[in-house]
Amino acid sequence: MTNYYQKDIETASREEIIRIQEEKLRKQVRHVYDNVPYYRAKMDEKGVTPDDIQCLDDISKLPFLCKDDLRDAYPYGLLGVDLKDCVRIQSTSGTTGKRVVAFYTQNDIDIWEECCARAIVAAGGTKDDVCHISYGYGLFTGGPGLNGGSHKVGCLTLPMSSGNTERQLQFMMDLGSTILCCTPSYAAYLGEALAEKNIKPDENKLKAGIFGAEPWTEEMRQSIEKSLGIKAYDIYGLTETSGPGVSFECEEQTGMHINEDHFYAEIIDPDTGEVLPEGSKGELVFTSLDKEAFPLLRYRTRDICVLSRKPCSCGRTHVKMSKPMGRSDDMLIIRGVNVFPSQIETVLLKEGYPPNYQIELDRKNNTDTFDVYVEMSPDQMSDKISDIQKREKDIEAAMRTMLGIGPKIHLVPVKTIARSEGKAVRVVDKRKLHD
Amino acid sequence: MTVTQLSVYIENKPGKLAEVISRLSAAEINIRALSLADTSDFGLVRLIVSDAEKAKKLLGEMTLVSTNNVLAVEMADRSGALSDVLAAMDNQDVNVEYMYAFAGKQPLNAYVVMQVNDIAKAEEILQKNNIGTLCDADLLESLN
Repeated sequence: MTNYYQKDIETASREEIIRIQEEKLRKQVRHVYDNVPYYRAKMDEKGVTPDDIQCLDDISKLPFLCKDDLRDAYPYGLLGVDLKDCVRIQSTSGTTGKRVVAFYTQNDIDIWEECCARAIVAAGGTKDDVCHISYGYGLFTGGPGLNGGSHKVGCLTLPMSSGNTERQLQFMMDLGSTILCCTPSYAAYLGEALAEKNIKPDENKLKAGIFGAEPWTEEMRQSIEKSLGIKAYDIYGLTETSGPGVSFECEEQTGMHINEDHFYAEIIDPDTGEVLPEGSKGELVFTSLDKEAFPLLRYRTRDICVLSRKPCSCGRTHVKMSKPMGRSDDMLIIRGVNVFPSQIETVLLKEGYPPNYQIELDRKNNTDTFDVYVEMSPDQMSDKISDIQKREKDIEAAMRTMLGIGPKIHLVPVKTIARSEGKAVRVVDKRKLHD
Repeated sequence: MTVTQLSVYIENKPGKLAEVISRLSAAEINIRALSLADTSDFGLVRLIVSDAEKAKKLLGEMTLVSTNNVLAVEMADRSGALSDVLAAMDNQDVNVEYMYAFAGKQPLNAYVVMQVNDIAKAEEILQKNNIGTLCDADLLESLN
């Protein structure tokens, strides 16, 4: 039997969902217009007033927000309430190294955690479960989001955070973890680590995993399910809208139900901005219907996917989104961390290197490898290998500071990085992330 | 006295070293001494050649090349000669960063190319111990 965290709303009729969405939308547009001068100016420029937004179709009259807006408005420009009413900040990397900071009121946190709770219950979670959370805690939304959701469900929560695999396995086995939450690549890694210790999949108590924050394939799902002896569920979200839990998979595993009572989803043509009919492949755009502190309207996620309203066997009526099939910008997701090539360039210029580089990504043993080839000028050449290696280490450290993840740096002579038609190839992604 | 050494960056791939050497041979540049150091990524070829400036220009067209001064220490080709040199350096806290050797044209002479953390101090020590060092001109002469 299917369990729900909030059955009434999760299985509400289409009419009911639309009614809730329209009511919240009208209120939210008014809230934003009155309290966020940055967005008000955008609306004024388009000649749109809150009164023009009455039904869901009217939403196409509203201007978009994108990552550049978040940078321009950093840090407080998109805040919808007084700072004294905010209780939390979470953050993610931005396009040019300036981070995106998102604010939350207590109500925002409660809703976010409820969304995560829905995901945990959809994965079979109950108060009898031990929820092992190996997402990073801190500014990253993964740990805090699932942690809150796990509390709401009443699971015994293990706030493991990421890293220290030995300890992860010890707690998992000794304390009988039943639900694992982490990035899919870390789940795969833990599966291998268990196998190395000759612990068979049926010897751990895990039954389900909730994995997100990076792209993963159906193939990878099957391999994780086999190595850990679990059912693996996808979860989606972004800091700009709250964090994980914007959408989540149910037992059908054929797409992620978007929590439509909190987020209104559109698919647009990334080039023209035009709203596309249901079933079209395009860029996913979210409107936060009830966020108070960071109420983004029509935020362009840059994720390319498809929405489907085909009835789901789990009984949930909320629209399903496919796994993201790509990006409409150049953002890379490496080991769950968002990386923009422009950030690499910023670091290189700051460190005194020409901005000629190539990022090479691959996936080995289910973990992303991240290599950056950097062209070195003749005056940086040395007769000592240790000098060149120190240069590589210094760049690596500067990248780690900027990105939160350290690539392996390879210094190479000028003009060795491949150029096609005069234009440098900045990213070589050998990972197979999309089916 | 010091000699000019070329350091040439090569990718750690088959054929890369041959490319460097064949370019030098095509330009009739004679290699007096050579050492190859490698990492998993790249190699560093250190060369003492008959015409360092010409070689630098030539190889600079294909990869990174730098020049710097190193000691070329002349010693008797006998057991214990290098040991004496190193002991003298060691006593004065001069650290050898890398070295390689080549045989002399004259019988019973050997040469060791050395990079140290303090060249001036090393020269002083060598002089005190009556150990000779070569300059670029000496090298040219020893080639003839």
